[in-house]
This record gives sequence, structure tokens and C-alpha cells, in this order.
Amino acid sequence: MDEGVVTLAHGGGGSLMAELLAARVLPVLGVAEAGEDAAGVGRGLLMTTDSFVVKPLVFPGSDIGRMAVYGTVNDLAMRGGWPRAMTVGLIVEEGLSLDVLDQVVASLAAAAQECGVKIVGGDTKVLEAGRGDGLYINTTGLAEALLAERDLPSLGRARPGDAVLINGPVGEHGIAVLAAREQLGFAAEVRSDCAPLHEMARALIEELGTGVHCLHDPTRGGLAAALNEIALASGVGMRLEEGAIPRRAAVEAACELLGLDALQVANEGKMVAVVEEGMAERALKVLRADERGREGAVIGEVTEGVAGRVELVTELGTTRIVDMPSGELLPRIC
Amino acid sequence: MEVCGTHSHAVGRHGLRQLLPDSVELVSGPGCPVCVTTAGQVELALELARRGAMVATFGDMMRVPGPSGSLAGARAAGGDVRVVYSPQQALELAAREPGREVVFVAVGFETTAPAVAAVAKQAPAAGPSGFSLLGLHKLVPPALEALVADEEVALDGLLCPGHVSVVIGSEAYRPLAERWRMPCVVAGFEPEDILLGVAMLLAQIADERAEVENAYPRAVRPEGNPRALALMEEVFEPTEAEWRGLGSLPDSGLKLRGAYAALDARERFGLAVVAAPEPPGCRCGDVLRGRLRPAECGLFGGACTPARPVGPCMVSSEGACAAAYKYERTQVVRG
Repeated sequence: MDEGVVTLAHGGGGSLMAELLAARVLPVLGVAEAGEDAAGVGRGLLMTTDSFVVKPLVFPGSDIGRMAVYGTVNDLAMRGGWPRAMTVGLIVEEGLSLDVLDQVVASLAAAAQECGVKIVGGDTKVLEAGRGDGLYINTTGLAEALLAERDLPSLGRARPGDAVLINGPVGEHGIAVLAAREQLGFAAEVRSDCAPLHEMARALIEELGTGVHCLHDPTRGGLAAALNEIALASGVGMRLEEGAIPRRAAVEAACELLGLDALQVANEGKMVAVVEEGMAERALKVLRADERGREGAVIGEVTEGVAGRVELVTELGTTRIVDMPSGELLPRIC
Repeated sequence: MEVCGTHSHAVGRHGLRQLLPDSVELVSGPGCPVCVTTAGQVELALELARRGAMVATFGDMMRVPGPSGSLAGARAAGGDVRVVYSPQQALELAAREPGREVVFVAVGFETTAPAVAAVAKQAPAAGPSGFSLLGLHKLVPPALEALVADEEVALDGLLCPGHVSVVIGSEAYRPLAERWRMPCVVAGFEPEDILLGVAMLLAQIADERAEVENAYPRAVRPEGNPRALALMEEVFEPTEAEWRGLGSLPDSGLKLRGAYAALDARERFGLAVVAAPEPPGCRCGDVLRGRLRPAECGLFGGACTPARPVGPCMVSSEGACAAAYKYERTQVVRG
């Protein structure tokens, strides 16, 4: 059902967005290699761009300023980049309180300093009232590649036998923002996992070198989308162990009530790592040595199964599909 | 038959079919509020959006296709359509924008009806507001009675819905067991709950018993929740309602009673009943009656997917087709 217009479902990070880009954007722009978190531009440099739209601007565990820096840093880190510089575009809606602006800018500055990233430029536009959600941020990030470009982790490098890891519990960011926006009291204690991951990613690459096949941050669309993207890009299957996936009880309970699947809910401080067969234990040790990876786990393996299909072995020993989310997450009725 | 869509999804999500012997088949039923809402009823909500009202709805309804598109499409085209998490939030939207017509699309079963009744009770007291309700509520027992009476639908037992039963109580199914000799077991939503419910149904069938049993006693009492029932009784009265798949059933819907009738969006906007055909090729009606498995529909997984749903059963997170597509399509899609 094509209604001739873009809908919010196209922005959900799922299959509809992938179709939209593949049909209408990438071929026109002549972009062949898409879907990666950042792109090599030669001379040992990587670039990425990202836009941040979140309501509310400040939410439990973080805010849009921090999210913009960490999000950019993480996209670079997922391609094996060491972030160096970024630009920041602020698109401000008329009427935004100066206190909120101050808070967000202070947060941007603190996060950039924490990550060792220099903010080298930016741009500011103001929209008339009613034309924006207070504040949007767009960034561009630049990083030095830690390995030669052909050896960098990439979504297409997963091979059967590889181990799949994640650095902690899934779904916290999405539920924290939803709970803050909709004032869902029952999920009030969930905090966003918003965090920079470049140090953990570098430690992993230092330990395993080219044995790090893919790194991917499961943001919009959650772990389900991230793993489906890797399986599709690599032309491999994947099998997960449900019991091995780190969970947070409050996130599970909120998802249960809202009819959401925690595997499809956004994260902002999580990293999926696909590493060469036999390297899982070493990779896990690296993750757990980082404060953002204490609850890290090996959650599954890459298989020769149907290309692009992610399966999950439940705690009952049965098997089911982990599907690519299609679009916007919409809570159910009862 | 597992009546409730949340059961269907739990069955898929936990791969429970793989644990059952081949002689036991679980068939999805009509327990998905969005799915049993007809195309004509979706059109009423779209009409309200076109007339400039703010339409507040549960998220599940957003992508259900009606004859002239979906509420998500109406929002993209500039209509004021809001996703809310409770009827209370819709009332708050109305309070924030006095003078604005705000309509809550009240879709759901006995599970959500008490919360809507509570909001209806607050609304008149909140002064002259533009708040109204598009009442599309439906009642589960009349639908089950229609199903067991239908000779084309051959069921051996009913796995009755846990959430609905919290409100109406397990005794509500007694006529089904006694008059229609249909074994009924109320079950919860954990995999163990569902398997226990199935085991209790199988025991009844083996013993040739037809009783109402409760496999979910930690949440469901025989008499249900008397306060919730009283609230519903005060605000609503039963009325004939149109179901997708089941047609028009007497006393299977709810309409606002007496003093609360002023909140009825149909009256307020003079909405006429819209007779709208179901989408061509869509067999949601047969799926909802348990006559057709999702994968047996010609559109399943091809023309109809969660990204581009043709029928509501593929849209809703409680829909049988969505569950089959999301969790089981290796097993169910051939080729």
C-alpha cells in the first residue's frame, strides 16, 4: 500500500526504510556501498553523518547533546575508526528555552571532551515555531582508521562459524525515551544506555586484529535489525541463544505490557561484535574489561543457514525467527 | 483454538507448536481487537481525521488499511492523528486544547472497556469539552458463541483469553461449556501457562468432559473484577456490533448509555455507517474464524507482509498473520 508520501514507518530503521533508500535514494546518488555505519574516504580516514531527533530532548540517562556526540563516535568506532573531529549543525525551533539550549550545548561539549573529539565547526538555523520539535542536531564525524581499509570491520564480513557478542542488556534507550515522552510510570526506572563505545571497539581490534569481522551499533530497529543487516550483507545465517542475550527485567516488563519486542527496541550504548571462530572467549574478556561491557555475552553464532535469516533458540529449546522490524514501533491495545 | 491474539504471538515467539504432538493443532481465533474492526469502522476514523478532528488511537490501529487508506497515511497527509497509550491520555490531549474536537478511537475488548468507561465518567465533569469517543468495543463471549455454533468451524476446545477473563471472570464461559459441550480453559501468557492450558484441554477431551477450568488462577477469578464490570455496566449498554469475519452479532458491542451518549462521536459528527468491502483477496475474515491458517491465504508473505499489510491480521502485534510471518515463516511458507 503505497500512499505516495513518506510515512513515519519509513523512518523506523527497518525494512521499509531499506526499501526506500534502495529504490529512491542510493541509485540516484550513485552510492553503491550503503548500510555501513561509516565510510572509508582514503588516506586512512573514515567519515560518517548522523541526525538526531528525539523527544523529549532530555531523558533519563542522557540528552540529545550527549546522544549526538556518542552516536557519531560510535558510528565511526563500528568501522574501526578512532574519532578525531566532528561538526555540529543545530536546527532550533523558535521558542526553545535558552536554558535547555545551554544544557544541550554544555552536554555536547562535555561529551566531545570525554571522547577526545574536537568540534571543529558547525551551523545554526532557526525554524519558526511549530516547524520543529525544539531542536534537531546533525553531525559529521571524522576518524582515523585503526587498520588498513580492506581489513576494517564491515557488515559484509561475517563468516559461518564466527561468534556473535553484545556488550550488555538490550532495549534500555528506546524504553527510557518512550517512558519519558509518554509518562509511562511503570517504566520510569529505565535509563538510556547512551554511551561512547570507541575505547571498547579499539581494545577489541587491538586484541583480535582482523579477527574482528563486524561491529555494529544496534540503534533504531534494535538488535533484531542490526543482526538482520549483518546476515543480509554477509549472505549468511545466524543462530542466537535466547537465554544468552542480556536482559533487564524492567525493560522486559515494559515490552510485555506494550506488546513490543525488546530485540527491536533502540539502544545507544550497545555494540554487536562478530569475531572469528575460536576468538569468542578473548573477545568476551575484552568487552567485560570495559565498564560498558560488564554484562557482555556471547549470544550466538554465524551459520551456513538460509542467507539473511536470523534464528533464535528459545529457552524451551524451540526455534523461531528474529525478524527485521518493518517500521515504526506501535504499542498494542491489550 | 487460542482465542486471544496475545496467545497466538506467545505461541510463535516461544516456538510452542514444535513442542506439541502432530495430533494437536492450535488455531488462532478472533481475539485481536484491531483485526475484528471492519474496514467500514476504520473508515469512520479516517472520516473524522478528514473533518479536522484530532484522532487519538492506540498504536495498533495506525496501519490498518481502510478503503481510503490508513490512519498513518492520514497523518502523513497532514491529518492530526495521535498515538496514545491509554484513553486517559486522549482526555488530557482534549484538556490541553480546549475548543478542539478530540476523538478517541475506542477499539478493544472487555480488557480496555473499563478504562474507557472511567474516562467517560470524568469527561462530562471536565466541562464543555470537545472530547468524544468513537465506540468500537466488542465483547468476547458472544463472538465465541457464534464460532462454536458455526458448523464450518470444527473446534475441540477453547483456550480462553487471560486478560479478558481478568475482567469478565472464568464463569463467563460456562454457557459455552454447558450448552455447546465445548471444553474451555482460561490460560495466562507465559509459555508454561499456555502449555498447561493445552494439557488441561486435552485431558477434558480425552475424558469427554466439557467444563470451564482456570489455568490462570493467579490473575483470574470465577466472578472476574466486579468493580470493572460495574463501571462498564454504568457507562455502556450492550448493542449489536459488526465483526470482521463474523458479521453482525447481537449484544456483542458496547454503546454509551443515557447521560454518556453525548460523548458518542457518531452522534456528534453525524457519522453514517459505512459499508466498505474488505480488500480484494484478503481472507482475514476466515483467519479470524479459524477456518484458514495464515499461510493458506494467497496473499500471505507475498502481497501481504508486515511492511505492506493488506489485511489487519498482518498489521497488529496481536494478529495471527503477523505472528505467523514474524516467527514461523520458515515453517509455514513453502518454497
